[in-house]
Amino acid sequence: MPKLIKWRAGAAAIVEDPFTSVADDQEIPPGDVIISLRRFHDEGARLLGGGRAVGVRIEPNEAVEDLAYDLPMLAVVALAFPKFRDGRAFSAARVLRERLGFTGEVRAVGDVLLEQAPYLIRCGFDAVETEDPSTVARWTAAARRYRHVYQRAADGREPAFVERQREPALVERVGI
Amino acid sequence: MYRYDPIDQAMLADRAAEFREQCARRLAGDLTEDQFKPLRLMNGLYLQLHAYMLRVAIPYGTLDSDQLRALARVARTYDRGYGHFTTRTNIQFHWIKLRDAPDILDDLAKVGLHAIQTSGNCIRNITADPHAGATADEVDDPRIWVEAMRQWSTFHPEFAFLPRKFKIAVTAAAKDRAAIKIYDVGLRLHRDDAGELSFEVHVGGGLGRTPYIGPVIRERLPARHLLSYLQAILRVFNRHGRRDNIFKARIKILVAALGVEEFSRQVEEEWAKTDKAQVDLPDVELARIRAAFAPNGFETLPPVSKAFAAARLSDPAFARFARHNVMAHKVPGYALVNIALKTPGETPGDASAEQMEVVADLADRYSFGEARVTYEQNLLLPHVKLDDVPAVHAELAAAGLASANIGLISDIIACPGLDYCALANARAIPIAQDIARKFADPEVAEKVGELKIKISGCINACGHHHVGHIGILGVDKKGEEFYQLTLGGSGEDNASLGQILGPALPADGVTRAIDQMVEVYLKERTGEERFLDTFRRTGLTPFKEAVYAEAH
Repeated sequence: MPKLIKWRAGAAAIVEDPFTSVADDQEIPPGDVIISLRRFHDEGARLLGGGRAVGVRIEPNEAVEDLAYDLPMLAVVALAFPKFRDGRAFSAARVLRERLGFTGEVRAVGDVLLEQAPYLIRCGFDAVETEDPSTVARWTAAARRYRHVYQRAADGREPAFVERQREPALVERVGI
Repeated sequence: MYRYDPIDQAMLADRAAEFREQCARRLAGDLTEDQFKPLRLMNGLYLQLHAYMLRVAIPYGTLDSDQLRALARVARTYDRGYGHFTTRTNIQFHWIKLRDAPDILDDLAKVGLHAIQTSGNCIRNITADPHAGATADEVDDPRIWVEAMRQWSTFHPEFAFLPRKFKIAVTAAAKDRAAIKIYDVGLRLHRDDAGELSFEVHVGGGLGRTPYIGPVIRERLPARHLLSYLQAILRVFNRHGRRDNIFKARIKILVAALGVEEFSRQVEEEWAKTDKAQVDLPDVELARIRAAFAPNGFETLPPVSKAFAAARLSDPAFARFARHNVMAHKVPGYALVNIALKTPGETPGDASAEQMEVVADLADRYSFGEARVTYEQNLLLPHVKLDDVPAVHAELAAAGLASANIGLISDIIACPGLDYCALANARAIPIAQDIARKFADPEVAEKVGELKIKISGCINACGHHHVGHIGILGVDKKGEEFYQLTLGGSGEDNASLGQILGPALPADGVTRAIDQMVEVYLKERTGEERFLDTFRRTGLTPFKEAVYAEAH
C-alpha cells in the first residue's frame, strides 16, 4: 500500500494510504478512491451513494470553488503539484480551509519538496503523498523550523503582531 | 528607524540555521546541485560565471551604521573587499564561496540583515523613496508601510511559489524617487479628499522583454487595508498568472492580457470575499512600527548656515557638490547628502569595505547613525546639519566618494553585465566607465545637466535601460557585443519607455554616439530644457541623423 505523511498535532507520521488514486482511463476499484474533478462530476453521486469514502483530485488549472457544495461529503481533496514551483495549490488550499470551511484531509500530491513543509501546513495541507517513508523525522523538523510567523493563514497560528500584544516584553528592544 | 525585536531576530536565526544544514548536505554530497539550487536561491545565493553571488536585502534601502559595518566585514572577510549596490537597493557580493555562506548569514543576522526572498518567485525586497522621513513633500513616512509589508511578505506561505518574482515599490511624496511605475506593484501614498491616507495602486509595470508603465487599478485604497488588498492582488496573480512560459509569467502580462478593467474587477471580487480583519494589521501594530520611524533628535536650527554658505563661496568643488548632491530637508538647518558611487572610471554601485566604513562613521557622527541606498545605485546620508556638510564633504573626498555628479551624465546605472552575470549578452560596466571618463570633467557634465544613462547587459533590464533618458542595451550579434540605444525613457514622474534610436552599435561606438547626441542636445535645447525635454520636443530625428550620419 502506498504511504502518506500525515500531520497530527504538529508532528509528521507515516501512515498507510487507504485511498486508491484512480486515473480517468482506469476502472474504479472497490474501496476508498480519489478521482478527478471531471469524473467526480460524472460519477460522484453514484460513488458516494455506495457507502465509500471519496476524494477529488484538483489540478492547478481547476478551481476548488467548483466543489463548494460537495465538500461536506468529501473525505479528501488532493491538490496537484505538477512541479514544486507551481504554487497554485497553496492558494487553493487556503480557499478550501478559510473560505469554504473544508475540514477533511487536504493532501499534496506530485512534486513536493521537504522545504515546502512549513508553507504546506500553514496553507491548510495535512497530508503529503511520499515515496520515501524514511523522511518522517525531517518532515517534522522542517514543519517546526520557524518559531514565529508574520501572518495569519489556515493553520490558526498566532502571528507576530498578536504575540507582541500578548507579551509586551518582546517589543522592548525596538528602538528609534 | 525600525530595529528587529526578538521575534524578528528569531526568524533570521531560524532561517540561517536551516540554510547551514542545507549547505552541509550539499557539501557532503547528500544533495545534488539540481536539488540544492532551489534551496540556495531561496537564500539569495546565485551561481554566476566565476563564483557564487550572495544578494543581501536592504529593506526600504535603509541601513544603520552597524549594518553598514557588517556589510563591510563581509566584503573584506569573504569577498574581494567590495560590494555592489543594485537598482533594487540590495547589495551583492560576487566572489562568495559556498562553505562561507552559512557564516555570512549568521554574521548578517546579528545586525538584522538577511538574504531572505532576494531571489526566487516570491515577493522580493520592497523598496521606498530614499528621501523618506527627510523630505517635506511626503504625506507620511513610506517606510512604516514597507516595514508592515516586509513582515507580512516574509515567508508568506501562499506566495512563495508565484508564477514569477514579484517586486513592490512605495513612495509617499509628490515626486517619485522610487520609480514605482516600473514595478509589479507600485504604491503612491496620498491623502484623499477626506484627508484619509490612501494608496494609489499601480499594477503591472515592469521592464525586461515586454516593458510596461504600470497602470492604476485603484486610485484610493484606504491605507489600513493595504495588506488585504495586496493579498487579493497576489492571489489573483498566483492562481491565474501564466506558468507555461517564463517570459510571460510576470503580473504585467496577466494585467495586459485581461485588460486593466477586468484585472481590477477580479482583484476587487477577491478582496470583497476576504476577511480583511484577519489580514490587515491592527492599529496597535501599525502604531508600534510608526513609533520606530518617528523623527527623533532634530535640533532647532536657523534655516541658513553660515558655515555652509562660506564653504560654497571659498571652495568651487564644494559649491558643485552642494549644487548636485545636497538636497533640501524637511527640518530647517538640515540637508540630505547624496554620496555618488559613480566616480568616473569606477564600477557604478560598487563600494569598498573601507568606503562603507567611512559612510558608517559619517552616519554615526552626522546623520543619527543612518544611511540610505538609492535605486540609482548611490548612498545617502539623510539627516546632516547644513553646518556639518563641509566636514562631511571633506571626509567623503578623502575616501574617493565626493563625486558631485548626482543626476548628471556620469551618474550611470549599470547592471553587473557579462563581467559577472550568467544571463548577460554583453558587458555593461566597461561601457559605463568609458562614458563616465569621457564626461569626467565636472564643468562639462554640469553644462550638460540632468541626463540619466542606464545600461543593461541583457533584455532582463536590471539596468533599467528602457527608462533611461539614454538607454543602452547589450545584445549579442554572432558572438560579438553590440549595444542598442534608446532615447526618451523616464522611470519617475511622467514615466515613459525609450524609443529605439537605430541599429545597434559596436562597443567602441557607444561613447562616441553619446557624445554626438549630447552635441545635438546642446545645439537644440532652448531655455531650461533638460536632455529629456529637448528630446520630447524634437523627437528622434536630429539624434538619429547625428549618430548614423556616416552610414547615409
